[in-house]
Amino acid sequence: MSLTLKSLSKDEIKEIIARRIAKEFKKNDIVTLGIGLPTEAANYVKEDMQIIFQSENGILGLGRTQKGPDYNKKIVNAGGAYVYVNLGASFYDSQMAFTIMRGGHIDATVLGALQVDEQGSIASWQIPGKFVPGIGGSMDLIVGSKKVIVAMTHTSNNEPKIVKRCTLPLTAFGEVDMIVTERCVFQVAPNGLVLTEINPMFSVREIRNSTAADFIESRNLSEMII
Amino acid sequence: MKNIISALEAAKLIKSNSTIMVGGFLSCGVPDKIIDAMISLKINNLTMICNDTSFPEADKGKLISNNLVKKVITTHIGTNPVTGEKMHAGQIEVEFYPMGTLVEKIHAKGSGLGGVLTPTGIGTILENGKKIVEIKGKKYIFEEPLGADFAIIYGTVADKFGNVKFEGTTRNFNTSMATAADVVIVQADKIVECLNPDEVVIPGIFIDYIVERREL
Repeated sequence: MSLTLKSLSKDEIKEIIARRIAKEFKKNDIVTLGIGLPTEAANYVKEDMQIIFQSENGILGLGRTQKGPDYNKKIVNAGGAYVYVNLGASFYDSQMAFTIMRGGHIDATVLGALQVDEQGSIASWQIPGKFVPGIGGSMDLIVGSKKVIVAMTHTSNNEPKIVKRCTLPLTAFGEVDMIVTERCVFQVAPNGLVLTEINPMFSVREIRNSTAADFIESRNLSEMII
Repeated sequence: MKNIISALEAAKLIKSNSTIMVGGFLSCGVPDKIIDAMISLKINNLTMICNDTSFPEADKGKLISNNLVKKVITTHIGTNPVTGEKMHAGQIEVEFYPMGTLVEKIHAKGSGLGGVLTPTGIGTILENGKKIVEIKGKKYIFEEPLGADFAIIYGTVADKFGNVKFEGTTRNFNTSMATAADVVIVQADKIVECLNPDEVVIPGIFIDYIVERREL
């Protein structure tokens, strides 16, 4: 197969990442997905996994987006979209939401990033002077979740997003466990990044050329599971 | 029995130059009619404490678009480009907290605590100027309690004793804010004689005034 980089459309990139993330959850896990790309992972999770999705605005048991035209506007997700809830769901206030999130009760969190580095630090909340959306629930989630997975495109305008040290203001220091891009999967080990899976469309050399961080290849380096 | 007033009467209680908490997560569970009345009275120079600044043409966002706010204490402004523009132009001051920190600062005020120790923000610029406390080898940021002159909050149903119940995801910051301001006004979709005590989420003692939601 000699597909080139350019042959991946935005939707294909999203799908590769979302499919791989979905494989990462264990049965009955309590999971929080960030807005945007991470949310797509829910589309590839099998129902018999019985994953409980949490939403920082006060839902355990988050379901799919509501189909109109009659919306129940009292139930929204963290992006403000009207949603359904699943059997066994609960609603609660923001204090309880962060008891759950910061308190170590979330099994896995998936979120996007502007930069991630060799130490597992993540920058995602501002580009000073240019783009300052703010923190929201991200810092608490990253600090409190048992497992933190970053889901993002490998590069942005051909600039590496996986770097030696984040240059943008950190969202959290040393908390990321795993990085999933359309090209590969890295585990964050105590001594740095380990390349564990690679999309067969790319060579290790191509990964090295598009990654600004050092990494080692796992002895068990395998094809990316999607 | 609590005072039941109109949205306009509620807005007249709120003074310019004051600090005000506004409940809601984006446009869910917001006291929108009290906000509209505040805009009609041009109550300004406000310091607003809120989870987010919503959207430019919606509820909390309208207070920003109408230049009534000089400072926002919040967690996220990404859904409202007007807040960002005003911040970069130096027209509005924005103080960011992680969502879990903001809600606990408010809760600390309401529950008489001297502050909060949180691990969130350690190793980031949020440490700057803050007291760092180490407990059993782990670092925490010390955050002071946060109160306000006024809180305007949402409730799905209120009873005449001020008890409030909620539906769906409308609780968000409303419950904590009710405990932490000098004057608390709830805008309810509906007012009933008396709620079943089992359903009450905010006990009526926290509520000073009740507004029933009506089109202005």
